[in-house]
Formats: sequence, structure tokens, C-alpha cells
Amino acid sequence: MIRVLNWVDERFPVRKMWAEHLAEYYAPKNFNFWYFFGSLAILMLVIQIITGVFLTMHYKPSSEHAFASVEYIMRDVPWGWLVRYAHSTGASAFFVVIYLHMFRALLYGSHRAPRELVWLLGCVMYVLLMAEAFMGYLLPWGNMSYWGAQVIISLFTAIPWIGDALAEWLRGDFVVSDATLNRFFAFHVALIPLVLTLLVIVHILALHSVGSNNPDGIEIKKNKDERGHPKDGIPFHPYYSVKDLVGVVVFLIIFLGIVFFAPEFFGLFLEKDNFQPANILQTPPDIVPLWYFTPFYSILRAVTYPLFGMDAKFWGVVCMGLAIALFFVLPWLDRSPVKSIRYRGWMYKTALTLFVISFVVLGFLGMKNPQKVDLFWFPNLVWAQIFFFVYFAFFLLMPWYTKWDKTKPEPERVNFK
Amino acid sequence: MDDLVDTKRRRFLTQVTATAWAVGGVFTAVPLIRSMTPSARAKAAGAPVAVDISALETGQMLTEEWRGKPVWIIRRSQQMLDELAKLEDVLADPDSERSEQPGYAKNTHRSREPEILVLVGVCTHLGCSPVQNFAIGPASGLGDDWPGGFFCPCHASKFDLAGRVYKNVPAPTNLVVPPYKFLNETVILVGEDDGGVA
Repeated sequence: MIRVLNWVDERFPVRKMWAEHLAEYYAPKNFNFWYFFGSLAILMLVIQIITGVFLTMHYKPSSEHAFASVEYIMRDVPWGWLVRYAHSTGASAFFVVIYLHMFRALLYGSHRAPRELVWLLGCVMYVLLMAEAFMGYLLPWGNMSYWGAQVIISLFTAIPWIGDALAEWLRGDFVVSDATLNRFFAFHVALIPLVLTLLVIVHILALHSVGSNNPDGIEIKKNKDERGHPKDGIPFHPYYSVKDLVGVVVFLIIFLGIVFFAPEFFGLFLEKDNFQPANILQTPPDIVPLWYFTPFYSILRAVTYPLFGMDAKFWGVVCMGLAIALFFVLPWLDRSPVKSIRYRGWMYKTALTLFVISFVVLGFLGMKNPQKVDLFWFPNLVWAQIFFFVYFAFFLLMPWYTKWDKTKPEPERVNFK
Repeated sequence: MDDLVDTKRRRFLTQVTATAWAVGGVFTAVPLIRSMTPSARAKAAGAPVAVDISALETGQMLTEEWRGKPVWIIRRSQQMLDELAKLEDVLADPDSERSEQPGYAKNTHRSREPEILVLVGVCTHLGCSPVQNFAIGPASGLGDDWPGGFFCPCHASKFDLAGRVYKNVPAPTNLVVPPYKFLNETVILVGEDDGGVA
């Protein structure tokens, strides 16, 4: 065995890579609960790729057969229901994990210097994941699939001059059709997963080059022992590999519990309108995207006034794009001298709390009819417009409130809380 | 002398090679990008549709498919038509100045014959198909002063019974009126008028 390893090692740096990224990658010793979600995101990617491959063996990407082939998987293919539900519930679980992973960065300043590139790569992957999920949602060719795709592709028509031609190019037809389904299949199963996987590798390489952040938001590389290892660091393997495995077990209990007992999750993970085939003559009465898009969908719908000679549709799309794009510049909007929320003052803590509330409320409102009253006092649209401003204030006022905020001094060494 | 690098020559060759690659890249991209535009088959599948409206009662609507889109035909009552003129203040484009329709439909009722309305049932916002809500007032669920019309479930755009869009909703323009003509009293040809096939 050792001889085989030696033979390989002379031709490919197995041992060097093992040491660099696992056995001798020194991660801060004070990781907490929030540090489970990076490895869980990788787990979700693997689950989606594996279940996806097996779904592809039975699924037919044509408007005529797609819906029936999914039902065939659900009813006739042995264990097909499990593979399909693991994949469809997996999409939602993936977003849960990613949102918590991103929230961790906002808590402890993991997006800030010197980890801006790690964060940027993450943002690109987030956008790609949204594209992946959106395209995957068209594949069952249910009525919600169809109209969801119709709406999202129509977003591009808001772009002045080239919008209509661009939407036509994306659809490959004048309406969402067989051509659209076929190309979405190609992107969903081949191109995007490939790029995502490569970016995950680059994301980790970039992280390992600058070193992991930690709940104290201080750089452990500043304090090294005589061997050159950070005093507050412990090797990733076995310490964190084992810790992450425990996280995986707990996560799988919850995830599989949902897959087995509530795969549609009360219409949140699979919408009831998608259990009827696409009907090009009738939009479902309550058209909503899946929950992970609804905060942005709320923002899109909240804009109802024309401005500067451009109509409300254009500004709605611009604001929705901006709501996502602002994540990219977050490292440069934050002017605080400290990274972790532990040493920040009340302003950032309040801002982050309000942001989380606005994200959740916008997400909730995005699933509801804008004209009705589901919270209190005002119709949903008015609430969406209020939280629209809260959402953007978090980003756009950040350079000021992070500068004025009264921070506590950072400790010299990490500590456990 | 031999190990000296002619940097000028090297830079020139690098630039020429890079330019050749860039040009080649553009030429390679063209067929790939073009392959994603609507195919000849998709372009051909756009023939006009004849619709028999003899069974369409006053105040009712029927839906047909034309070019993969829903087309609505509505037979409006005199009362419905009378309401149209009263709505000018609440509409974004009451005279259809910014909207898409054939010349013969650029009027208050947006149709050839006042009572028969032909519309493409696709919201001008993001392409959902609005739902008919011809109930008047509180029964509609759209407010006490709702005179009947269309409501888009996606983003709450509202249209009157001529497909004209209300103010302060996301849809920018009125619903599209397709080209159409009457073949006889009871048959409408959607997708073609005297100006030719759309």
C-alpha cells in the first residue's frame, strides 16, 4: 500500500495536498455551530449531483414527455420517488445551508479583508446556484414551472433596446417552449454543475491561502509558535473533519426526515400547482417562486412607480438585480475596524437584526398576494415597500453606521464563548 | 549575443497571436450563440388561427391559442362599454399612445367592432396570463369601485375591459391587441388583417 502511495506521490503531490489542505491546514480552534455550513454545502452539492445523475437516467427533456417522465420516476421506477424527493427537497436544503453559511460571514466578518476574494467567489456561486435552481424548476414541466420560467425570462425584456431580443435568444422561441426546456436541461445538468464544482475548489483554495476566519474575527496567523503554526490553530484533520462529520449526521437526520415524511414541505419545497402539467393558456392563480427566491420577488413587486422616464417594470428589475449585486460589494461597504459581531457596537447589531427580519418578511410576503392583508394593518404590498427600504438601508448606509459604531477592543488571542 | 532576447519581436509576436486568437474566438462564438436563437421550425409555427365566436354570449370570454400564447375574445355588453369612457383618470395609457395595437384598435374600446374585444392574454409586465374578473364592486375582491376587467395574479397589475392598464401597477403598457379580421359575422381570424400576416 505504502509502495503504491509512494509510486503515485512521485508522480502527483498526494501527500503534499493532503498536508496542505487537511492534516496541516491550521484552522482556528474556536469554531462554533456556524462553521458547519461550509462542509454541509459541499455535502448538498454531492447529494444533488448524485441524485441528479440517477434522475437523468429516466427523465426526458421534451415538453411532450417531461411531465409524464417525472411521474414515471415517482410511480414506476423502483425507489425513484426517493431519488426525486431527495433532489427536490435537496434544492431547498441547499439554499437553507447557503443562507446560513452567508449569515455566518455577516456575523463574524468572514467576507472582509483579506477574504474578499473568497466572498466574491461565494457570491458568484450563489448566483449560479440560483440559476441552477431556476432552470431545474422548469424541468418537470408543471404549470408553475412553465409560468415561473415565463416570468423570470421576461425580466430580461425590461432591459432597454436589447431586452426583447435577449429574452427570445434565451428562450430559443417566442414563448417558453420545448426549445427552452431542452436548453435549460443542458445548462442544469452539464454546464452549471461543472462550473459550480470548479468554483467550489477555487473557493476552498482561496480560503486555505488566506486562512479561515473565526468567531472572534481576528487573524490567528499573527501569533505563531516556534514551528510556524498559529498558536490558536488546530489541524483541520482530524479535529474539524470529525466535528464536521457529526454535523453531517445531525443534518442528515433532519434532511432525510423531511425527505421521508414531508418532501413537499407544505407546498414550500414543491408547489401544488406544479403537480399539473404546463398549461400555456392559464397562469396559476397564485404564482410564486420557491421560497428561496421570494425575498427578491417581493422587491421586484414592491416597485410600482415609474421614475426618470423609465417605467416601474424596469426599476423593479433593476432593484431586484441590485438586491443581489450589493452582496458582492459588501466587503467594501463595511468600514468597521473590527470584524466580529462580538466586538461591534449596537448599530451593526441592530442593522444586521433588521436585515435578517427584512429578508424573512420579504420572503414571506413574496409568497402572498400583494393586495391581501397577511400581516396587520396594511396590505402585503405596503409592508413589502417598507421592508424594501430596510433591506437596502442595511447595504447603502453601511459605510456610515459601521464607521460611527462604537466598537470594543479585539482580544489578542481567540476565546471560546 | 545569442542569449539576448529580442523583446520587441517577442512582444509583436505575442500581440499578433493574441489578436488572431481573439478573432478566432469571436468567429467560434457566432455559430454557438446563433444556434440558440429561434429555429426555422419555431419561426414557421406562427400561422393565423380562425375562431368561431357564434356561441360567445354577451359578457363572456373565450380563450384560444395563437403562437403559443393565449388570445382572448370577449363580447362586451353596452354597460361594459359605457364604463370604459369613465375610467380615463385611473388609467396609465387611456388613449393607447404607448401601447401595441393595430391602427383600427387605437380607440377607447380598442377593437374593430366596439363589442368584440380581441387581446393577447399576456401581461405586459412579465408575461403571466392575467385572470378575468368581470364582477363589479365588492364582489370582485378588488375594491368597491372595480368596474370589471383583468387582474394579473403574478404582480397585481390591473386592466380594464379594453385591456388598458391602470396607474401605479407594475405593467407599463396596455395589453397587446393582435392583428385580426372578421372572416364573416361569426368567425375571427387572429394573426392576420388586411395589412397581411403579422
